[in-house]
Amino acid sequence: MFLNPGNVLSWATFFPLAGAAAIVVLLAVRYVANLPKKLVDDGARLIALLASGLSLVAAVAAWRMYDPTDTGVQLTHHFVWIRSFNIEYFVGTDGLSISMVLLSGLISFVATIASMPWWSGAKAAEMAGMVEHDHGHGDDAHHPKHFSVRMVPGYMVMLLLLQTGMMGTFVALDMFLFYVFWEVMLLPMYFLIGVWGGPRKEYAAIKFFLYTLAGSVLMLLAIIGIYYNSAPAMLADGTLSSGHTFNIIELGRQAAKGQFLNAAPILGIAFTKLAFVALFIGFAIKIPMFPFHTWLPDAHVEAPTPISVILAGVLLKMGIYGILRFNYPILPDATAWAAHAMAVFGVINIVYAAFVCLGQKDLKKLIAYSSVSHMGFSLLGMAAMTPAGISGAVLNLFTHGIISPMLFLIVGVIYDRAHHREIEKFGGLASELPEYTAIMGLAFFASLGLPGLAGFIAEFMVFTGAFPVFTGYTIISATAVIITAAYYLWAIHRMFLGKLNPVYKGYPDLNWRERISLYPLAAIAIVLGFYPQAILGVINRSLHLIIQNIRPL
Amino acid sequence: MDSFLPLVDENLRSALWFRPEMALTFGTLILFVLDVVFRRSAARVALLSAAALAVLAAAAGLLAIQPPDAQSLFNGMLANDAFAIFFKWLFLAAGALTVVIAAQGRDFPPERIGQFFALLMAIVLGMFMMASATDLLMVYLSLELVSMVSYVLAGFRKGDRKAAEGSLKYVIYGGVASGVMLFGMSYLYGLTGTTSLHAVGAQLQGIQAGSAVSVAATRIALVVSIVFVTAGVGYKVAAVPWHMWCPDVYEGAPTPFTAFLSVGPKAAGFALAIRIFNTALAGPASPATGFAVALAGIPWPAVIGVVSAVTMTLGNFTALGQTNLKRLLAYSSIAHAGYTLMGLSTVSDRGVQAVMIYMLVYLVMNVGAFLVVILVAEATGSESILDYRGLSRRHPVAAVAFAIFLFSLTGLPPFAGFAGKWYLFYAVFERIDGPGGGWYAWLALIGALNTAVSLYYYVRVVRAMFIDAPYTADAPAIRARPGYQLLLGGFSLAILVFGIWWTPMIRWTQASLQLFRG
Repeated sequence: MFLNPGNVLSWATFFPLAGAAAIVVLLAVRYVANLPKKLVDDGARLIALLASGLSLVAAVAAWRMYDPTDTGVQLTHHFVWIRSFNIEYFVGTDGLSISMVLLSGLISFVATIASMPWWSGAKAAEMAGMVEHDHGHGDDAHHPKHFSVRMVPGYMVMLLLLQTGMMGTFVALDMFLFYVFWEVMLLPMYFLIGVWGGPRKEYAAIKFFLYTLAGSVLMLLAIIGIYYNSAPAMLADGTLSSGHTFNIIELGRQAAKGQFLNAAPILGIAFTKLAFVALFIGFAIKIPMFPFHTWLPDAHVEAPTPISVILAGVLLKMGIYGILRFNYPILPDATAWAAHAMAVFGVINIVYAAFVCLGQKDLKKLIAYSSVSHMGFSLLGMAAMTPAGISGAVLNLFTHGIISPMLFLIVGVIYDRAHHREIEKFGGLASELPEYTAIMGLAFFASLGLPGLAGFIAEFMVFTGAFPVFTGYTIISATAVIITAAYYLWAIHRMFLGKLNPVYKGYPDLNWRERISLYPLAAIAIVLGFYPQAILGVINRSLHLIIQNIRPL
Repeated sequence: MDSFLPLVDENLRSALWFRPEMALTFGTLILFVLDVVFRRSAARVALLSAAALAVLAAAAGLLAIQPPDAQSLFNGMLANDAFAIFFKWLFLAAGALTVVIAAQGRDFPPERIGQFFALLMAIVLGMFMMASATDLLMVYLSLELVSMVSYVLAGFRKGDRKAAEGSLKYVIYGGVASGVMLFGMSYLYGLTGTTSLHAVGAQLQGIQAGSAVSVAATRIALVVSIVFVTAGVGYKVAAVPWHMWCPDVYEGAPTPFTAFLSVGPKAAGFALAIRIFNTALAGPASPATGFAVALAGIPWPAVIGVVSAVTMTLGNFTALGQTNLKRLLAYSSIAHAGYTLMGLSTVSDRGVQAVMIYMLVYLVMNVGAFLVVILVAEATGSESILDYRGLSRRHPVAAVAFAIFLFSLTGLPPFAGFAGKWYLFYAVFERIDGPGGGWYAWLALIGALNTAVSLYYYVRVVRAMFIDAPYTADAPAIRARPGYQLLLGGFSLAILVFGIWWTPMIRWTQASLQLFRG
């Protein structure tokens, strides 16, 4: 078969890149052959759908090929890349990454669908500004064109590059390769927010870029330090590396033997602690953890809907993923040292962001802050170092990765029609948009942790896992769930119930594009609510292995 | 007669390895003649640029075929080691690119382009000697040769106030810096009784091994002389506090020459600095650690480290407020000098290699960036960031290429600039463990945070090109010369390829690491 265990992850990573290259070729052809704009736009969209779809197929295939009973890394693709620094192209997956690979493939595809102006229905398309009018081709301030019809090939190239970066980050098992993929995500994200975003797009885009880069340069220093203090390891071609290694699996093994405890202190501080803090700040900015979270609401509010979907669904997961991939196995002692602080920050995230949500007037901002709050659960769960806690933390990544894209798609639906997101200005939408109201209700309830839907299981596991270790914090966090319920229910109340604001009379309900992107996610949210084992069965063993090496102080 | 003959022999022997330099010398003269010969020719620019390229090609050919087995030439005046040869290739590339760009552009009037090419060959000759000078006299002479011609070319635009201002500042700063350097050299000579760099090193080693009294007695004189010599090379690479000339000269000079100035003489300055610091002021690298020790207990690596940190910080923060692209790139080039000085401050082979890789990558990305500046200036007559607004619509190829250059300058993977930064940071990191190496950790941290600062002004340009609407609503598409587009494509491709596949760069620099030490 075309996809085999040796290459499936590479295909999942590089299908989007190939798609981006194909679009660039298409642009070159357009330049030479003078193709009509519409043909090129539609071609770019088709290529993007195809490339992203193939990447999803490869991700699902990888998930099917993955053997959850075997705890080692699987599906590896491994060769030497830059020999003088022992840098390898090394991708592979364990239970932790396979769940993220699946999520990344799925959300990327959903986001690509949501980037199409197709299947919109005439009225919804007209309202969204997707229809090209013959008169007046430029954007004007009052009726900006929809992002899905502006500079389409460029958008699709950036979207596909972003997908390659995301997938690569989740499968890389070489620190250097990981860093390259991590940085590769930055540029497309900057452009996607900056070019296709809302009114304050420039500010939001540069803020995102600067925050993330500031974190990643610290991460780079930590990576160099870890490499420098590592012992030699076997390279892919069987030769012994000269001096050091970037191999994350091997680094974990060396760490278990105490390799990094012997490293010379830097400026009088133990190397492991310094490296932990540098890595952790880099990842914490991405989570985003209080006090580094302020870029997120801005980025979300300005980003076009599909980009918000990716941001919330995949990018936010990378912070926690990185900590579990690097800090936990490579710096276990420093992790035990920092566990309490992580729990505290987790609680701050949960409680503080929930209160901020209560005060939001903008629906998208409310959902952005709810993401900050939900990521706090993962921090709390993983800080506890109990099997239930860490499994709950990663399950929370997955379920939030399903639910929050739904929420952002839902915001996108109403924004496309009304061109604003002020909660107060809506009212009684349920009577005009019943289908939309139903799916919104499902997503809101899933997010606030209603039993029977995906979010509940993850939160429950986090609480049961964290309770024996951080009893007080868990009680505080569990109480915050009430606030979560409050802001969601209040938003429903203000937007959907009551008397219909006559401005919104005659608004079209969900169109097919919105259905194709929302219903699969809704189905997954329901299925995982009853059968979380689909994910837990895959992740549990690997995660328990990660916390085994960490001896609580 | 007897005492004279060996000198003649030595000169005749050395001439065999001096042929590239001779080609450049004769090339300079021939170009002056051709300038007159082709005075009325319609194809003047094409003929003269072909001649200039032929001169460079001749030098390159002679460099390629020269026998490998000579280290020291002209009684120790010059060294012909792999290190020097690496930089000579770099200079030839910089010269050739400048000729190709200048020949197509409008920065030089056709009637004066012959002079420019001739003088450019002279600078390349000076840089060749800077890279291989192993004697204080040659150091000074080669530096002056490059400087003198640079003063002329910086003021090449007659009647232009900015050119006049830049050129004058250049002359004054240059004069002071070279005078100070010469003074420092005289101290070195007084202390050691020799002008040969490696003999100076050996003498200093002797002083170090001597009595505590003699060490203490020479210490102050040594510190003064080292600081003064640092001023000379610091001026050449535009390091703070000797950087003030840089923005004005960059702005006033014809842009192709600015591009050349930012990569050629800067690389030559670093070659010279490495030569002086690593052979005269430090012992050979220890085989076990790869680190060398600064001689006579002078903490010059820490001084360079401080200069490096200040240079990159000041360069980056000043660049934040610039609106003229040439000035912005000038401050960015100051910041990059700061990054590169990190490599010098490590006094290790890895650091030297890092400098070489950085200069190699910097050549491509900075000439590329200036090429876009030329292209836009030709279309709009402006170097203001305002006129870059909407460039992605007016000339997508230039905008995408410029974005690649700028992100590479920031040091983001997968662009080649990241490879250079990686090497520099790794070289610094290696030193943290050593005795008294704690300050290297601060240097690495400052360097890393500077990267984040630099992103802000580079992205300002990217934002203007891709996000902002054109300055005037009906700005037409820009038509760029095919030659420019080809160069931009080639540079972008090189940056992407070498950002992902460093092995050739590493191999080449690794093989060129050998410095002549007497």
